[in-house]
Parts: sequence; C-alpha cells; structure tokens
Amino acid sequence: MAYDYEKSIRPGKLPHIWCPGCGHGIIMKGLIRAMDSCELDLKNTAVVSGIGCASRLPGYLDACTLHTAHGRAAAFATGVKMAKPEMTVLVVGGDGDGTAIGGNHFIHACRRNIDITYIVMNNNIYGMTGGQFSPCTPTGAMASTTPYGNPDPTFDISKLAIGAGATFVARGTAFHATQIDKLIAEGIRHKGTAVIEILDDCPTTYGRRNKFRSVVDMMKRLKDIAVPVAAAAKMTPEQLEGKVLTGVLYKEERPEYTEQYAQVIAKAQGA
Amino acid sequence: MSKAKGKLEVIEKYCKGCSICVEFCPTKVLAMDAFTVKVANPDACIACMQCELRCPDFAIKVEKIA
Ligand SMILES: Cc1ncc(C[n+]2csc(CCOP(=O)(O)OP(=O)(O)O)c2C)c(N)n1
Ligand code: SF4
Ligand code: SF4
Ligand code: SF4
Repeated sequence: MAYDYEKSIRPGKLPHIWCPGCGHGIIMKGLIRAMDSCELDLKNTAVVSGIGCASRLPGYLDACTLHTAHGRAAAFATGVKMAKPEMTVLVVGGDGDGTAIGGNHFIHACRRNIDITYIVMNNNIYGMTGGQFSPCTPTGAMASTTPYGNPDPTFDISKLAIGAGATFVARGTAFHATQIDKLIAEGIRHKGTAVIEILDDCPTTYGRRNKFRSVVDMMKRLKDIAVPVAAAAKMTPEQLEGKVLTGVLYKEERPEYTEQYAQVIAKAQGA
Repeated sequence: MSKAKGKLEVIEKYCKGCSICVEFCPTKVLAMDAFTVKVANPDACIACMQCELRCPDFAIKVEKIA
C-alpha cells in the first residue's frame, strides 16, 4: 500500500512551499510515519516551531500546532508541556532557529530534561532569508554573508545536546529516509528531552553557492558522509575523517522535568 | 519466488521535478520529462518504495501489486 500521509495533513495544504529537492519534505514524511507508529492522537499532540523554512512544517500537520517567534520554539514548547504534561510535545525547526537565535532555549530545554522531542532539520544555512551562515555552516563554506568562505568553527548539534543534558540524542539524514521515522519514534517514546538531528539539504541557498551541481549531488553527499555508530566503532580515525555518525548517539534515564515540578506543586500545596 | 511488482501513481501537480526519485530508483523505472517525472519503464518496478519514501513533495505513490 502506498503510505497515507494525507490523513495527517490539513486539507488543501499541498503542494507545500519548499523548493524542489528541499529535504524538509522528506523529513516531514518521516515525522508523519513516526507519529503513526507511536499511535499519537493528533488532538493531544502539539507540534511547535519558530521561524524559517523548516519551521513552516507544523502548518501542514493536522495536529495542535504552534508557529511562534524566531528561536523561541523550545520556550513555547516548554510552556505547553508545563501547562499540559499529558500532551505529546514535538518541536521542529532549522539549525539557525534552534542553535543561533534559539541556542539559549535549546540548551535549557536539554538541561531540564523536559519530555519534548526536538527535531532539528540541519541544512547548514539560513534558508528562508537567502543563505546567511548559521552556527552549523561548515568552516570554509560559502554563504551570502561569508563571500570569502566561512571562518567560523561549527556546532555539532548532537554533541551540543548531549553536553547540555538531553537524555536521548540521535542523528539521521534526509537521504536515509527509513531511518528518520525510527529515530523520531524512539525519541517520542523516550521520557525526557530527545533531540533528533536530521542532516538536510538546501539546494537553493547552500547547494548552488557550494559547488553542488544538483539536488542529487547533495543527496549523494548525505549518503557518503553517514556512518552508522556500530560501523564506526570498527573504523580508524583516518577512515572516519569527514564522516558523520548516525543512529542513536546517546541515551540515559534521568528524572523528567514536569514530574519533578509536580512535586514542587505538591509541596507548595502542603501535601 | 515471484518478484515483487509495483504500480506507480504520479501526482503531477505536486511534482517539482527535483529528480531524486529518478536518480535513486534501482531499476531505472522513472525519467524526467521537462520538469515533471514520468513513468518510463513501469514493468521494471520492484516496489522497493525508495521513490515514495524520498520524494520531498508527496508526489509519487507506489502500490504493491504482486
Ligand atoms: C527575531 C528575528 N530575527 C531574524 C529573523 C529572520 N529570519 C527568518 S528565518 C531565519 C533563519 C532560518 O534559518 P533556519 O532556522 O536554519 O531554517 P531554514 O530556513 O534553513 O529551514 C531568519 C534569520 C526573524 N524572522 N526574526
Ligand atoms: S530556501 Fe532552502 S530550506 Fe528554504 S525551502 Fe528552499 S531549499 Fe528548503
Ligand atoms: S518503487 Fe522502487 S523500483 Fe519502483 S519506481 Fe520506485 S524506486 Fe523504482
Ligand atoms: S522526487 Fe517527487 S518531486 Fe522530485 S521528481 Fe520525483 S516525483 Fe517529482
């Protein structure tokens, strides 16, 4: 059977606004499959985003969606989860939204270990505003704001999430489509902050400035750089040069924030 | 053992012609026709679902028929 995505999409919303070959659509499909496999009730599922091309995603979903201010998705999601701990809360957004203007909210959601699943669609650039560099633009790469090549070192989002305290961290790519839903579903089932970084492509503002002749070239790059964690364990540092680990990178059980906060409420009420 | 077969449906008004599906089809079923994908070689489809999974635009559907 062809997969029924449209049951989860608001009627009349397709075609979406993303450019030809933009990986955001592939990730949205993975997210829908993950929500299905976790049997989420969309009336009890909040999907929260900030601003950016990636952040347009919730507008397509027939769930409880919240399109907020640039970089503030994690803060709004924290508010939703605090007010309604019984809801499933998901965040989607770009590397710019989540790690530049929103970096502060991102690390503190991770630190608290609040039960939200944060999907970062990392296309290495600010797509929506025309290709300014983000903290995830590779060193040396071209962006509209780095005409001589990007001098900055790069954030590793997954490492950042682990360092900040997220208790489930995984990485996939837009090329490895069947893995996307599995990683997101595992993140949703995990109790605590789960960060799923999906390496993505922006052919329009990143690809054309960085010598990718086509969308297909960008997909092939994702295919080539990804190494599953189990395979990487058997490889030498030289073999891992230029590669990126994929799969579940970190998992830990730690008290979840809304449960901890319920105890604060109970104490304050003298229980 | 009979090989799986697939029947394809392209939703032309959704297709943006990125050619991801064409490139990664293992049996070269699909081809570009100007800016839209077309099913050039339908009998070769083995219903592997790669094109449906990777189409960013919800424009291609595969039905397993055998
Ligand atoms: C406060 C504020 N600052 C700047 C902007 C402009 N702006 C809109 S989207 C965006 C970057 C989006 O990049 P990213 O989150 O990586 O998503 P992408 O578009 O690449 O999917 C910026 C800087 C804004 N909308 N609000
Ligand atoms: S500008 Fe880039 S990120 Fe935005 S829709 Fe186009 S390809 Fe996707
Ligand atoms: S299902 Fe597989 S074999 Fe059939 S057209 Fe799609 S990619 Fe090709
Ligand atoms: S992957 Fe989808 S949008 Fe791209 S050419 Fe194929 S059917 Fe069209």
